[in-house]
Amino acid sequence: MDFSFLNQPAFSGGGVYLDWVISGLKWTLLVSILGWIIAFSVGSLLGILRTAPVAWLRVPATIYVELFRNVPLLVQMFIWYFVVPEIVPKAVGDWLKTQMPMPEFSNAVLCLGFYTASRVAEQVRSGIQSMPRGQTSAALAMGLTLPQTYRHVLLPMAYRIVIPPMTTEFLTIFKNSSVALTIGVLELTAQARQISEYTFRTFEIFTVATIIYALITLTVTFSMRWLENKTRVPGYVGGSSK
Amino acid sequence: MTKKRSLLLALIFASGLVACGEKPAPAPKAAEPAKSAAPAPEAKAEAPAITDTLKKIADTGVIKIGHRDASIPFSYLDGDQKPVGYGVDICLKIADAVKAKLNKPDIKVEFVPVTSQTRIPILTGGNIDVECGSTTNSVKRQEQVSFAPTYFVTGTKIIVKKSSGIKGYDDLKGKTVVFTTGTTNERAMKAYNDEKKLDINFIPSKDHAESFLAVETGRAVAFPMDDILLYSLKASAKNPDDYVVIGDFLSDDPYAPMIRKGDPEFKKLVDGVLGDLYKSGEINKLYAKWFESKIPPKGINLNFPMSAGLKEAIKNPNDTGVGDCGKMKC
Repeated sequence: MDFSFLNQPAFSGGGVYLDWVISGLKWTLLVSILGWIIAFSVGSLLGILRTAPVAWLRVPATIYVELFRNVPLLVQMFIWYFVVPEIVPKAVGDWLKTQMPMPEFSNAVLCLGFYTASRVAEQVRSGIQSMPRGQTSAALAMGLTLPQTYRHVLLPMAYRIVIPPMTTEFLTIFKNSSVALTIGVLELTAQARQISEYTFRTFEIFTVATIIYALITLTVTFSMRWLENKTRVPGYVGGSSK
Repeated sequence: MTKKRSLLLALIFASGLVACGEKPAPAPKAAEPAKSAAPAPEAKAEAPAITDTLKKIADTGVIKIGHRDASIPFSYLDGDQKPVGYGVDICLKIADAVKAKLNKPDIKVEFVPVTSQTRIPILTGGNIDVECGSTTNSVKRQEQVSFAPTYFVTGTKIIVKKSSGIKGYDDLKGKTVVFTTGTTNERAMKAYNDEKKLDINFIPSKDHAESFLAVETGRAVAFPMDDILLYSLKASAKNPDDYVVIGDFLSDDPYAPMIRKGDPEFKKLVDGVLGDLYKSGEINKLYAKWFESKIPPKGINLNFPMSAGLKEAIKNPNDTGVGDCGKMKC
């Protein structure tokens, strides 16, 4: 394998091919991290709603989760990018297509965020439901309101319990971000393909991309493990993992 | 240790899958030994003389033709999702010549879909034996693959909406342009953009239909592509009159069937097929069928008379590629 091509002047844009790799890495990180912020906030809200005691809160959240979880990500990407601008009023559609800053990037972040939110919601729900029933009853009996019960009793432990599956979702969003290439975001995989197209160094460039993905996901894994230990409640679930 | 071992297992499994993919259909395999029982030793003695591709086709009983899904009218899917086109017809002639040469009329023809981006790796990887699409013969690509004589001559232009008011390349300054990844047109447009400092915002797309969709929906104002493909996209659009193909040739694009490199025997056969088509004048009939008559699926007629460049290429068959600068003479 010969990696010297990374230092060769790139076909266009002035820099060398390594700059294309770095630019790809930048977009991968941006799409994934912004997507994760949406996924985590929307997903947490939906997860809580799915455990709500009243149906009119529970049902919409359930419909959302089933809808977004069951449609393939690639299809969702195309729907956001090609279909949505055509079905909204024309002025909005034109704005989405031409005026919106970085349309491909924004679409990718929204799509990835809302898709992953449905998965995060399921994790949060399972965390809350794994708590003994008695805790809710006890909290309510002590005079806490339901929101207070969630805030001070249920959620602090539920989030700790679901750190491991949440790590998986967080890793997955980095890998899923490569789907953004189908709507024209030049993230890491897209850049790797482009470089392979220009240099014919397919094997080498995908090796580089693989290593970068592995480094990203390992970093995530270790930071989440650190977080898990840091937030551990001695003697409670997962407390023995050391 | 266990990790290493499982990795190895995965690799073995993967290569097994690939091997499976190349296995011939059971029927011709069963027929083969009975038929070639006697001449087998002779064939074996000749083995070194038979080039890889022909031997591969003989061994597997299958010739694999790469086709495109939206390179109208060269190689595309008709109403029944069947690959058809000018290039497909020529590839089928090549397949006939292979059958005749190997004296095995039962060789199966298999069509494998490829894209602008996958065609070269799929060909060099052996999953197709020949591609007859809208592939430009370029000096750069000749480092990887080999080409038969040119069978069409075109060049890069752009398609825009009439309503966009764009009259030439320089009007693209600061606008969004969509391109199909892996095409010579991408290179030509980017080189022009760098040279003229047009500050174009490029968006990549995976195939011509998707690129055209971006222009149709207004995501991009222009799509640089070989002019013949632009005319055929325009002809098959919902409202053909909304679009206009403009510009001088940004690059020259001679199309040719693409085969693997370093396979003189197979190249000779393919060159011979095209040479015969050109000499006998059969190429004119084929040309008229796809460029000057109604073609599937919608029955449109491209009305695209044969260019002087193609007439020249038919008169003097050649496999000269386009240079790195995008022009025949750099």
